[in-house]
Amino acid sequence: MTISPTIKKNYLQKLAEQNKRSDGRKFSDYRPVSIEPGVISKAEGSARVKIGNTQVVAGIKMVMGEPYPDTPDAGVMTTAAELIPLASPDFEAGPPRGNAIELARVVDRGIRESNVIELEKLCLEPGEKIWVVFIDIHIIDYDGNLFDAASLAALAALYGARMPIERLEEEDRKAYIKKLDDFGIKPVEETVKNKAGEEEKVMSYYIPMREPPISCTSVKFNDVVVVDPSLDEEEIAEARLTVATDSNGSIRAMQKGLNGSFTLEEIKKIIKDSIVTGDALRKQLNESAGR
Amino acid sequence: MKSDIELIDANGKRLDGRTNDQLRDVKIEAGVLHRADGSCYLEWGGNKVVVAVYGPREAVPRHTQDPLRAIVNARYNMAAFSVDDRKRPGPDRRSREISKVISEALEKVVLIDLYPRAAIDVNIEVLDAEAGTRCAGLTAAGVALADAGIPMKDIPVGCAAGKIGAETKDGKVSGGHVVLDLGKEEDNFGDADLPIAISPRTNEILLLQMDGHLTVEEFNKAMDLAMKGCHDVSKLQRDALINKYASDVEEVE
Amino acid sequence: MTKSTREIVIPSQYLGETSEFKAGSGTLIDHGKIYAKILGVLNKHPPYVNVVPLKGRYDPVEGDTIIGFVEQAMASSWLADINAPYPALLHVSEVPWKVEFGETEKYLNTGDAIMAKILSVDVEKKLNITLKDRNLYKIQGGHIITVGPSKVPRIIGKKGSMINLLKKYTRCRIFVGKNGRIWIDGEDLQVSNTVQAIRLIERESISYGLTDKVEQLLKSLS
Repeated sequence: MTISPTIKKNYLQKLAEQNKRSDGRKFSDYRPVSIEPGVISKAEGSARVKIGNTQVVAGIKMVMGEPYPDTPDAGVMTTAAELIPLASPDFEAGPPRGNAIELARVVDRGIRESNVIELEKLCLEPGEKIWVVFIDIHIIDYDGNLFDAASLAALAALYGARMPIERLEEEDRKAYIKKLDDFGIKPVEETVKNKAGEEEKVMSYYIPMREPPISCTSVKFNDVVVVDPSLDEEEIAEARLTVATDSNGSIRAMQKGLNGSFTLEEIKKIIKDSIVTGDALRKQLNESAGR
Repeated sequence: MKSDIELIDANGKRLDGRTNDQLRDVKIEAGVLHRADGSCYLEWGGNKVVVAVYGPREAVPRHTQDPLRAIVNARYNMAAFSVDDRKRPGPDRRSREISKVISEALEKVVLIDLYPRAAIDVNIEVLDAEAGTRCAGLTAAGVALADAGIPMKDIPVGCAAGKIGAETKDGKVSGGHVVLDLGKEEDNFGDADLPIAISPRTNEILLLQMDGHLTVEEFNKAMDLAMKGCHDVSKLQRDALINKYASDVEEVE
Repeated sequence: MTKSTREIVIPSQYLGETSEFKAGSGTLIDHGKIYAKILGVLNKHPPYVNVVPLKGRYDPVEGDTIIGFVEQAMASSWLADINAPYPALLHVSEVPWKVEFGETEKYLNTGDAIMAKILSVDVEKKLNITLKDRNLYKIQGGHIITVGPSKVPRIIGKKGSMINLLKKYTRCRIFVGKNGRIWIDGEDLQVSNTVQAIRLIERESISYGLTDKVEQLLKSLS
C-alpha cells in the first residue's frame, strides 16, 4: 500500500480549515469532466469518462438469453467492474474484491432501481428470449471518485448502445422490430463504414432508456465535507456518501462508505450539492449523447 | 471452418483493400496515464490497447524475489467488451499463455540485472480487439517500459504475418498467399498465423509462435514480411516517445 | 543566430564509437559501439557521452540526503519508503535517540516523514539509511511533494540559482531531497505558490528560458 504521509494529511487539513483544497477548488467544486461516447468498436455501446485525471471506460454488450423466472417478459441487466492493476500501483490482479464489488453494485442499483433501461421492451418471446445487457466498467487511471466516473461512463455507454438486431435470426428479427414499433420505438437511419471501408446505410435501434438519476460523491475528513474527492482527499477520508438525484431534484439512491460517520446536517448539505451537481452532469451527459 | 469469403482477390487485394505487404494503420501515444510509472496507448487496425508499467519495485510476495535480478510480470488481459462475444472478466488460459510469452520476451531486453529482488509489472489491457492483440500489446509494452525510464537494451516490437487463400484437397494444402499483419477475417479463416517480436537493433527474435500450415519457403517469406513490419512499427514507437518529451523549444542564441 | 534543441534519445539509440567517446551513465556498450539505455536527454561533450534520465525512480547513492516516509516500525528498526525500487532500513543504532527494544513506535511511526541520509547500498540493493547527523531529523510541519528524481538538478539550478529564486519570492523554507521529495514550509499561500512553481519546472525541465518563465510566474503570484 502506498503510504499517505502524516505531513500531507496535516497539510490538507490545515488548508481545509481555511476553506481551501490542495488543487485550489472550493469545497463544492467538481473537477472538469469529459464524456466521450463510442470509443470501443466491438461493444454495442461504450464511453470513456474523465473526471480530472481519473479515467474510466465502460462497454455494453448484448446477447439473447433466457429471462429470470419471476420476470418472464423483461430483459436482464448485469454490471461488473474491474479495478485492474493498470489504474493504480495499489490495485492487485485477481477476482474482484470488496471495492470492485461495491462499485459495480452501486452503479448497477443506480440504473436498475430507477428502471433506467426499459427492460420490458427488451423481450422477444416471453419466458424464452430476451436481451441480456452486460455493463462492464474498466478503471483505467485512478485519481479519486470512481463512483461518479463509473456511473457516468455506464450511462453514457448505454445511451449510445445500438441493439445488435442483425445477429438475430430473420424471423426473430422481424418479430422484434414489429414489437419495437408497437412500443413506439423508431429506428434511426445511420451511415456506417463497413469492413471494406465503404459507407452503407443501416437502421439502428438504440436501447430504450428513461432519464437516469445522476450520482454525486462527497467525502468527509476532519469535519470538512468536499465534493468530488481527488485521490489525496480519498486517502484521508473518514466517510464517503454518494447521492443519486433525478431531474426533479428527488433522491433515487444513496450509499455511505468507509468507517467514519456523518451528521444529519452534513447529509442534508451533501444532498443539496448533489442536486446541483446532478443537474450540471445531466446536461453534459445529454449533450454528449446528442439528446 | 472455412467460409466462402474470398480473403484475397485476383489482383492481390485483401478484404480491407490492403496489398500483401501492407500494415494496418498504427497510432502510438506515450505517457498517457497519470498514476503509472510509464504508459502507452496504441491503436493497430481495430485494436485498442493501453499499457501501464509499475516499477521497478520490490517483488511481493517475498518468495517470488530473485536475489540476482528483476522479474518482469506482463499481465495481458482482454476487457469483457473488447470482443464480439462478450468475454467473461478474468484471465483465461489463453490470456495466461500470452502473458507468459510476453514476459519472457520483455525480460530479454530489460536490463534486469540492475534490479535484484525487484518486479517490473507490465499491465496490458486490450480494450478493443481485432486480430494481432499480442503483437499490439507487446509493442505498446515496449513503449511503456521506455516511458517509465527503465533501462533496456532495446525497445521490443511485435508484428505478425500469415497465409490466406490456400486450398485443402485430400488433406493436402496448396496455394495461398503469404501476407503481413492479418486482419480479423484473415485470422479466423486463414491458413497460418505467425506472430513474432524482435529487438529491432539486433534483429534477435524474442517471441515466436505459429499455427496453421506453412512450407519452409512460405515461412521464410512470412518472416521477412513480419520483420519488415516490426521495423516499420519500431519507427512509430520512437516517434511516440520523442514527440511526448521533446519540448518545442528552440532558443535563439 | 543559431538555434539548438536538447536531443531526446531512446533506448538502443546509437551515440558513438568507444574509440571516440568515454561511455558515461545512461549508456551501454556493445561491440565497440555506444548506445543509450534509457529514455533521456543526450549529453555529448567530447570525449564524454552520457544520457540524463527523463523519468524513473530514485537510484539510491551512498551519502545522498533524502526524505523518506516511515512504512513500518519493527522491533529494532524501521522500514521507510524513499521513492526507490526498494524500501530502506533504519536501524535503532542509526538514530540520535536511545530506543529500547520494541519501543520503536514511541519515536517514529507509520506515516512520519524523516530527513535521512543513505548509509549503504549493498549488491542486492538492500538499503540502509541513517538519522545520525546534525542536519537529519524527523520532519514536523510544512508540506511534502514528490517530483521525478531526474528533475532535482533543475529545481536546485546551477549553484542553487533556481531554488534561491523560489525562496526569494515565496520566503519559504525549501529542502529538495535527492530522491525527488521536496519539503516546503512557510505561509500557506506561499507554500501553494511554491508548489505551482515547482510543477512548472517539472513539466518544462528541459526547456531553455525556464528560469525566466519561473520568475514571471512567481512575480504574477506575489
